[in-house]
Amino acid sequence: MSIKKHNLVPKHTLLTDKQKEKLLADLHVTIKELPKIRLSDSAIQPLEAKSNDIIKISRESRSAGNSVYYRIVIE
Amino acid sequence: MKKEIETLISSFKDRLSPTIIEKAMNEIPTTVSKKDAEEIMNLILKATVKAKVAPGECVGLVSAESIGEPGTQMTLNTFHFAGVAEMNVTVGLPRLIEIFDARKTIKTPMMEIYLKEGHSSLEQVKTFAKKIKETLLAEVLSDVSVDILDQKVSLQINEEAAKSYGHDTAQILKLLKTKLKTFSTSQGESSNEIELTMKSAKTDNLKELHGVKGKLMKIKIHGMKGIKQVLPVERSGQYVILTSGCNLKEVLELDEVDSLRTSTNDLYEIEKVLGIEATRNAIIEETVKVIEAQGLNIDIRHIMLVADIMCVTGVLKGITRFGVVKEKSSVLARASFETPVKHMFTSAMAGEVDKLQSVVENVMINQPVPVGTGLPSLITKMK
Repeated sequence: MSIKKHNLVPKHTLLTDKQKEKLLADLHVTIKELPKIRLSDSAIQPLEAKSNDIIKISRESRSAGNSVYYRIVIE
Repeated sequence: MKKEIETLISSFKDRLSPTIIEKAMNEIPTTVSKKDAEEIMNLILKATVKAKVAPGECVGLVSAESIGEPGTQMTLNTFHFAGVAEMNVTVGLPRLIEIFDARKTIKTPMMEIYLKEGHSSLEQVKTFAKKIKETLLAEVLSDVSVDILDQKVSLQINEEAAKSYGHDTAQILKLLKTKLKTFSTSQGESSNEIELTMKSAKTDNLKELHGVKGKLMKIKIHGMKGIKQVLPVERSGQYVILTSGCNLKEVLELDEVDSLRTSTNDLYEIEKVLGIEATRNAIIEETVKVIEAQGLNIDIRHIMLVADIMCVTGVLKGITRFGVVKEKSSVLARASFETPVKHMFTSAMAGEVDKLQSVVENVMINQPVPVGTGLPSLITKMK
């Protein structure tokens, strides 16, 4: 069963190393300051992420239309 | 001309949200001059910056006030038929507290099960509802008697009730054989009787003999664990099954279920099955549901902020001293919330240092708080 399309689950994508560096530079943050997501989280199972990867989450926000959020994968 | 404007708009990409860029692309007419287009974009940028929260604004405090004030007007009544016949739903303040505290066991866990098309006629919905309802052995028994002398328990099966769940005595007998380790099971004198005999015939087993009766009653013979009640209702021409009790994981795996819309009000269940982002969405949705049902109005941004804070660590954390407050780095801030003495003692023993970088601790010692104009400070470049 795939939960990917469930109404409550927004789209999760894995950032490449290049995108990751650019993002951290653009936002002026270190990796530790980002919100976190567990490696065991069911929504990122199909992505085969490793710890310290960054997951981009495209939310459908009620106030701002589409909004983007980032989470760092932790153990 | 068109291309020029497009490149101009996309040059604003890192300063404006994708939604606004998309809208600008579609709605700025291609006939305008480059200069006009630039002016439009600058105006949009100006409006966007103005709409943003200023740095140092204490958004958490504003959220707390904005949720707390209407909270005082909510019902305190837990038991309330919230538009749904025969099903209790926790509403109002108790439910709000449940959500924000992220309670592990909630008062009325529920599920809303949607069925796929082709499985949603009334007949099919009814059979499905019956299929998932958890049925315990107690519901198909007409009599249980404990014979102390022979150390025997005999069960009378109500065959009619059993049949309505698609079971008969032989099947139940088979099931009991696998479930009970210390008893041997056999068919009794009449066809609907089951006899249980204790395997080790000791005299001090009386307690166990009596205990087994309670255990027997709770054996699940049919349906899905945790689903205590089912109620098919019609919602805008479609049948939805409401259940009391929840088991999201197993229900989503069923073929008939529309696994995209089926959901529950148990946040931990959602976290387990759908992940942390889904939990955030569920917190927002559940809170909005409570507030709207009470006829109140709270700006969704406040609720989104709270939901974000509860999910920021990747694990669902309630606004309690065991959850969000525990994450605070300052000892004084933690002590100011609940159980101050305990926090003081443990941090004194651990030798914790409070750097007084946040709001609460600075209020306590009567210093300017790092909020609003108190936030920026001067940095001198030493040469």
